[in-house]
Amino acid sequence: MKNLASFLRHPAGVIGLVILTGVVVLAIVAPTLFPVDPWDMVAAPFQPPFDGETWLGSDMLGRDVAACIAYGARVSLLIGVSSTLAALAIGVTVGAVAGYFGGRVDDFLMRFVELFQTIPGFILAILLVATLGPSLTNVILAIGAVSWPQLARLTRAEFLRLRSREFVQAAVCQGQPPMSVVLRHILPNAVSPIIVTGSLMIASSILIESALSFMGLGDPNLMSWGFMIGASRSVMRQAWWMSVFPGVAIFLTVLAINLVGEGLNDTLNPRLSRKARGA
Amino acid sequence: MSVVAITRYGGRLSAYVLGIAYGAVKIIGVILVIATFNFILVHAAPGDPAQVIAGQSGAADETLLRQIRSAYGLDQPYLVQLASSLKKTLTLDLGYSYRQQRTVLSLLLERLPATLLLTGTAFILSLVFGTALGTIAGTRAGKWSDTFFTIVSLLLYALPVFWLGLMLVLLFSVQLNWLPPFGYVTVGVEMTAWQRIADIASHMVLPTLSLAAVYLAIYARLMRSSIIEVKQQDFIKTARAKGVTESRIVMHHLLRNAILPVITVAGMQAGAVVGGAVVVETVFAWPGLGRLIYDAVLQRDYPVMQGIFLVMSIVVIGLNLLTEAVYRMVDPRISVRSVR
Repeated sequence: MKNLASFLRHPAGVIGLVILTGVVVLAIVAPTLFPVDPWDMVAAPFQPPFDGETWLGSDMLGRDVAACIAYGARVSLLIGVSSTLAALAIGVTVGAVAGYFGGRVDDFLMRFVELFQTIPGFILAILLVATLGPSLTNVILAIGAVSWPQLARLTRAEFLRLRSREFVQAAVCQGQPPMSVVLRHILPNAVSPIIVTGSLMIASSILIESALSFMGLGDPNLMSWGFMIGASRSVMRQAWWMSVFPGVAIFLTVLAINLVGEGLNDTLNPRLSRKARGA
Repeated sequence: MSVVAITRYGGRLSAYVLGIAYGAVKIIGVILVIATFNFILVHAAPGDPAQVIAGQSGAADETLLRQIRSAYGLDQPYLVQLASSLKKTLTLDLGYSYRQQRTVLSLLLERLPATLLLTGTAFILSLVFGTALGTIAGTRAGKWSDTFFTIVSLLLYALPVFWLGLMLVLLFSVQLNWLPPFGYVTVGVEMTAWQRIADIASHMVLPTLSLAAVYLAIYARLMRSSIIEVKQQDFIKTARAKGVTESRIVMHHLLRNAILPVITVAGMQAGAVVGGAVVVETVFAWPGLGRLIYDAVLQRDYPVMQGIFLVMSIVVIGLNLLTEAVYRMVDPRISVRSVR
């Protein structure tokens, strides 16, 4: 409750939360608002926006741009959240093992993480999706597979810091098994920076997803914002609305998540962020 | 030079040698990992690996498939195949694109300069302007110019790179007709050397801007908070107490120390910049590796995709090593002058 009040004092965070709530609501009510399939033709092709028939115009096949954006919100949020969860599962596990055991295990795992950080992630994601096939699951796994190193480094640093603290030492001395020390003593204390980084990662995952589907590597059965922009390229001169609106949708969603992430950072790590602000 | 200085200098030299050795090990390590990875991917792809390599989605004829199977040793045990593919990669034999009827290496070498030009320019521009904006914001923390730059960088940071590119084309090429919308050079026009350079430069403006914008925002934000942190340290107060002029404090004391974390992050971001180049090249039909990987994806040309993955990773390591070298040059704590 105290955290909530503190978050609400952060104006940027509140703005972000409002926009994000709007996007989530849009995603939830998409089928009610637009009962027809977003792939269906509902109007004449190339109808300009605000013209009566459709809100945001229609594309070259007479599909409703507004409906496509509403359904695209579902895909973006779904992929953003699930690929972040995948990255959390890998990153936190690797970081926890490296930070808890230290020594050679740590050295080995960190070299591995470093290697993964050197590899250009987006190209690896392209390669993974192109090879395994562009399905929803493969896109989520590919984004998760290229996003985890940052979380692994963060978790490791937190674990290294907490490992030597008295309460952790006490738990070890009591003979608690490593699993219980990690899950009941270290992880709960390391969770707030992980939450902050994870929330920001949802935004970057949405950006990666949109770039993948822009390049034609999205799930062909799902309407997504990146796909809409990719499809609009050839008719950009006639139909600006086809490329402008989905981009605005991506921009607002990513901005909102970043703002919420910063608000969370100020709320959960007040000491750290005050230092960064120079107060 | 005192004894301390000499030993420190010696330490610096061996650190330098170690740095180069570490860089070499890293490059070979990355090449081996990527080759292994590429190998696993071809076998993980649905269908016959020979069909995958041929890239003709089931339409390849039996003679070609037999040829591929023997060239890649696909009838051998996995370990033998892996060893031979590692050996091939280390000798820069990146295979043959059956789609393009050319060796992958020759294709990549032809496209590499355009990518290096675009990524290099964007990387340098974003660093220079990012640190400049960050410095302005950081030294004026709390004033309106700081608020303005902070908001701008927040907005830039949320823009999808490819969409920014398209919007720039819509504005500057379609609406205003100021700049060419795509390509590398105007085709079919006789030009002197200078005209040609100017022509390429005008084609570069939009792609470079779209690629640099996001990173400019990142570096500006980082530089701002770094400046604010360094500003409060004792050596700045000392310099001010000594009567050093404000501009000298900013240029000699503040900047040199505050830029270090920015350089570190720039090195870590190198991979992302190269990844961003792929999308930007696709948008602007820039004839580099990014555009090539887009075509390769459309045609499912695996040898080309894998070759680009390898070459781009090497480019990233190159940028990493470069930023490390810059870090050493800039860091006042390990400069020779400070030892004297």
